[in-house]
Amino acid sequence: MVKTPVPAEENVAPGHMGCPGCGACLALRLALKALGKRTIMTVPACCWAVMPGVFPYCSIQIPVLFTAFETAAASASGVRAALDAKGQKDINVLAWAGDGGTLDIGIQALSGAVERRDNIIYICYDNEAYMNTGIQRSSSTPIGAWTTTTPVGQTRAWKSEPKKSGVEIMAAHRIPYTATACVSYPEDFVKKVQKAASIVGPKYLQVLSPCPAGWKSDPERSIQIGRLAVESTVWPMYEVEDGVYTVRKPAKKVSVKDYFRTQGRFRHLGEKDIEEIQKTVDAEWELLLKKETMTARK
Amino acid sequence: MSRQPRSYKDLPLAPITYEDTREAFKTGSWRTFKPVVDNSRCKKCWICWKFCPDMSIRILEDGTGVEIDYDHCKGCGICATECPARCIEMVPED
Ligand SMILES: Cc1ncc(C[n+]2csc(CCOP(=O)(O)OP(=O)(O)O)c2C)c(N)n1
Ligand SMILES: [Mg+2]
Repeated sequence: MVKTPVPAEENVAPGHMGCPGCGACLALRLALKALGKRTIMTVPACCWAVMPGVFPYCSIQIPVLFTAFETAAASASGVRAALDAKGQKDINVLAWAGDGGTLDIGIQALSGAVERRDNIIYICYDNEAYMNTGIQRSSSTPIGAWTTTTPVGQTRAWKSEPKKSGVEIMAAHRIPYTATACVSYPEDFVKKVQKAASIVGPKYLQVLSPCPAGWKSDPERSIQIGRLAVESTVWPMYEVEDGVYTVRKPAKKVSVKDYFRTQGRFRHLGEKDIEEIQKTVDAEWELLLKKETMTARK
Repeated sequence: MSRQPRSYKDLPLAPITYEDTREAFKTGSWRTFKPVVDNSRCKKCWICWKFCPDMSIRILEDGTGVEIDYDHCKGCGICATECPARCIEMVPED
């Protein structure tokens, strides 16, 4: 057997309907490598509700429950309750949803499940907009981005609100484990998913998944773009375990401009706009490092 | 499609899927550029395999390199971009 950098097991079959260079496809492939066959997942309306293929085929090779847009967490809670009633303890329950389904319409279900301490893994694959329905803004769309509902053209009405932080919201719930991840770092993502599976109680991961169609980027650069998001600290990689922050410092630091230049959704931004965003990104990063220092176990 | 139902009597009580997408959807037809691998220069890091969003790169059993599944590869080019040995080339489909 050849030794592979991430588990060799595949639980997603080729022939799915994801666009070429789709980060979300890679995200699920990696997550199910980490969790293995004894997993039941729930998927609300999102790209991943379409990408498994047309009935009666499904590229996801574990049991999947397709549910309504706002119900990823609630349905996962239900699956867990049913398994508990049957006395089946050794099965992972995964809620797998997009950023819109998680941070907009699904947030109350998620908040409820986490507050009740339901034993589920919730993974939000974050492509930073409602991609499945044609690139509408979500609360996870970053400031400055073009979407079809934050248009540029003459109105210059690109998104002016900052991105909502899923992981901070989860940390405020005193969740046992929450972390950010990015598909450009598969070993790291697999490790975080496995760690989540080993902890009893609610777990929340948010994995940045570049979307060539929605970000107006080259499909072949999806991995590079994720890497630049992390290196620019636009997408900081960190974990919060029982309130303790651990931040992964990028080996190389790049500017926000280097990251933005790779994507058409930021093309309209001028030097001044990018400078402003750079300042906020730097301030957020400083704050995150302070949280790490403040919460460090003595 | 041996398990394709013939009448309603063959259908299960609840909707379930019979097969994965491998046979039904040959997404290789989406491609405009195809990756061509030169295994003689392969460093066996499996980075191309690790990053493929379409599960379309197979590691050869003897570990001497990789093989592209042209039935499903959509030609995104991630493998060619990420290969540190630059031994994957994207060539136009004819
Ligand atoms: C209650 C309800 N409102 C709206 C929709 C339409 N809808 C389906 S998917 C989707 C967007 C999903 O966005 P996101 O959760 O970010 O996932 P992505 O498509 O980006 O993968 C919307 C608005 C729906 N299915 N149900
Ligand atoms: Mg989305």
